[in-house]
Amino acid sequence: MLDTLMLSRMQFAANISFHILFPTITIALGWILFYFKLRHDQTDNPIWMRAYRFWVKVFALTFALGVVSGITMSFQFGTNWPGYMETVGNIAGPLLGYEVLTAFFLEATFLGIMLFGINRVPSKVHTLSAFIVAVGTTLSAFWILSLNSWMQTPTGFEMRDGVAHATSWMEVIFNPSFPYRFTHMLIASGLTAAFFVAGLSAYRILKGDHKQAPRLALKTGLVMAAVLAPIQAYVGDLHGLNTLEHQPQKIAAMEGVWETERGAPLLLFAIPDEEQRTNHFEIAIPHLASLILTHDADGEIVGLNEFKDDHPPVKPIFFGFRIMVGMGLLMIAVAWVGCYYLRRRGELPEWMLKVVVGMTFSGWVATLAGWYVTEIGRQPWLVTGILTTADAVTPVAPANVGFSLALYLTIYVILMWAYIHTLRVMARKAVEVEEFETTTPQKEGTITNLPGATQEGQA
Amino acid sequence: MTVESMTFNEWLPVIFIGIMGLAVLIYAVLDGYDLGVGILLPMQNEDESQRDTMIASIGPFWDANETWLVLAIGILLIAFPIALSQIMLSLYIPVAIMLIGLIMRGVAFDFRAKAAVDHKLTWDRVFKSGSLLTTLSQGYMLGQYVMGFESGWQAQMFSLLSALGVTAAYSYIGAAWLVMKTESDLQKRAIAWTKRAGRATLLGVLAVSLVNPLVNPGVFDRWFTYPLVMFVLLIPTLTFAGFVVNDRLLSRLPKENDRHCRVPFFITVGIFLLCFSGLAFSFFPEIVPGKLDIWEAASAPESLTFILVGAAIVVPLILAYTAFSYYVFWGKATELKYH
Ligand code: HDD
Ligand code: HEM
Ligand code: HEM
Repeated sequence: MLDTLMLSRMQFAANISFHILFPTITIALGWILFYFKLRHDQTDNPIWMRAYRFWVKVFALTFALGVVSGITMSFQFGTNWPGYMETVGNIAGPLLGYEVLTAFFLEATFLGIMLFGINRVPSKVHTLSAFIVAVGTTLSAFWILSLNSWMQTPTGFEMRDGVAHATSWMEVIFNPSFPYRFTHMLIASGLTAAFFVAGLSAYRILKGDHKQAPRLALKTGLVMAAVLAPIQAYVGDLHGLNTLEHQPQKIAAMEGVWETERGAPLLLFAIPDEEQRTNHFEIAIPHLASLILTHDADGEIVGLNEFKDDHPPVKPIFFGFRIMVGMGLLMIAVAWVGCYYLRRRGELPEWMLKVVVGMTFSGWVATLAGWYVTEIGRQPWLVTGILTTADAVTPVAPANVGFSLALYLTIYVILMWAYIHTLRVMARKAVEVEEFETTTPQKEGTITNLPGATQEGQA
Repeated sequence: MTVESMTFNEWLPVIFIGIMGLAVLIYAVLDGYDLGVGILLPMQNEDESQRDTMIASIGPFWDANETWLVLAIGILLIAFPIALSQIMLSLYIPVAIMLIGLIMRGVAFDFRAKAAVDHKLTWDRVFKSGSLLTTLSQGYMLGQYVMGFESGWQAQMFSLLSALGVTAAYSYIGAAWLVMKTESDLQKRAIAWTKRAGRATLLGVLAVSLVNPLVNPGVFDRWFTYPLVMFVLLIPTLTFAGFVVNDRLLSRLPKENDRHCRVPFFITVGIFLLCFSGLAFSFFPEIVPGKLDIWEAASAPESLTFILVGAAIVVPLILAYTAFSYYVFWGKATELKYH
């Protein structure tokens, strides 16, 4: 039977995995929208506005899913991990609190103006709301990642009677892994949104959309990805070096290194085996792992066997890492080839459009893989060196947790289907009609098509 | 301890329970009306355009409204983590159900606008049932809280009653919101809804006020100790007067030029305020009734001081923004556009 600990972990993983999908899109999509709106204000070119109008609807939908799944998250700590708040609440509380205070409220209030207020406030104020919404989502990521990084590499605190007390908030917030994790996550969000925008636009073009707006969005997405993807690989490398310093067992698991060795090879593929403490079916490039991690072909990498019972499960980390990096390389390739065609021919050939459509949700895959590496890599600790996951769990009966888990999973499956289905409906509808010259269906209520929309278009 | 001898560190929990109370109150009023609108959605085919107007009337606000819940829970988490753990332990399942309700209505809101027309009715149903699930579970939790998390059948009955009462109260404020925000036919309907919901709410409030002092001896003493009783009894008296005045006024609405269309909403807000102060008066300074007071449950002073800085800057700003956004969207809901 599954116990409360296992069920709570599954529930936490399910909830946060579902939640993070939407913020990764909205954080960067907010900035893309601000860019569209700003370009429109500067150039008066209506195409920017049309692109804005389509994407702001997608943004609203995605944001709504982020909000509702986020509310679930903030209850999770109290419901499933009481030991967490009791031990590190003095630190986690204020960080989560600052997230709520600074970020959500900026978003929640200005979001109303951004989504509904375009005719009620001057254009400048509207652009400003778009900007504030983007800042808000980014700040929200700042605080939550600060907390998450603190859980990985805690500093700036002392333990009194088994409870953590902050001694320096600067050290708590800017803990050693935070700058890397924050940068890496923001770029991850940028890439996710870039491929999302490019993919959905390519889908519209493939469905026979002849308008300018999807082409503009496609170009924006691809250029953004072409710039960000290589930077992400570089930042990821720095992130790995930082992890090597603070959590060497995690790196050992990522690289599949069992015995401490010099000149460790980079494993392109292998199947790690925790029973026999070795790898099967290795495909490796000699010395490369040492070169990447220590910048010396014969540098030493500490192996998992040094950590005996204090290292995380190897397989998910090993594969998760390869999926993420694989996606990162694929992103570089697709974005660059795409940009090459855009420069050469001004548009993408059909096969390339299909590839881009195929990459629509690639950011999700890489982001989830990355988070699984990070989080599972921290086990058995919940807060490194302070609190184990097992000590934090709720005493609630397994049946209760099983019940809530089943509820959440059911609703997530339905929502995921509805989200993707609705995106397709929206994209197809956009093929037929210009964003503002909506003719179908003119009923008062399909809020998107309220009568005023037509007049705006002519303005 | 006496008020004069309290140190800053001892004041901190009081300040935070104050902010939390404010957040809960604002949440109950703001999300209260939009949940109420959700519950009231008429589901007949011919009601579609009225549903659209009703939902448009809460469009720009619901997201911000719900955020007050996040703030309230956030403060409980930041300032009183032990209380949160204890409360969540008892309310595990109702909280899960409420979250499902919140998820359903949050997404239905956006999906209905974007889905193909044939799915719209489905999403409206999801919206309505999500709202109902949310209010019922919140009411149930309130009942459990008042009963000190007992699990006996009396406590269960009381909590169910409270679930219905809270649902009625949310419908009351939701309907009053519609009276203010809509016109012609829909407004007439809303007036009738407000009247009915108002009477149901009155019953609920009476029931809770009778049972609460009976089951909690401490609460009884507090309310019925001379000389406080003279002052404190103002609360129920005013509440009752509010119900009656509102009921009378509604019978005469709509008036020419839509005069007084905003009054029912503000009276209802007043009633919420009074009921809330009644509850707060019953329990303060306990945070888990009969078990834990705010000083026992509070986090370390250095953490509270750190977050207080942020709260002191942000909460007033938020109140100002909120006022600004209500100002921007002032007027009847039919004028609301979603681009
Ligand atoms: C990298 C970014 C990131 C990460 C790791 C998390 N979140 Fe999140 N969250 C956001 C980025 C975000 C966001 C972009 O700011 C959202 C998405 C939509 C929104 O409203 O804000 C959000 C929404 C959101 C909301 C709804 C706020 C509202 O009502 O507007 C809550 C309560 C949380 N989150 C709570 C959490 C908790 C408790 C997390 C961790 C355990 C968490 N989030 C991880
Ligand atoms: C947003 C992306 C995130 C994802 C995808 C993610 C994913 C996960 C996963 C998969 C686990 C389970 C690990 C295991 O049990 O082996 C986990 C554990 C955990 N994470 Fe994260 N996480 C994310 C962010 C965060 C953040 C921002 C926090 C804190 C503020 C956090 C706090 C926790 C806690 C408390 C656990 C303990 C439960 C457990 O170990 O199962 N996570 N997370
Ligand atoms: C291409 C080369 C990449 C490298 C070398 C790399 C490296 C890393 C490393 C070492 C970690 C683990 C950090 C830890 O120890 O906790 C990590 C985590 C992560 N990666 Fe990557 N990454 C790459 C690409 C990507 C891409 C393309 C995305 C998403 C679009 C991504 C998203 C993430 C996320 C969300 C995390 C978890 C959060 C964090 O710890 O920052 N990565 N990455």
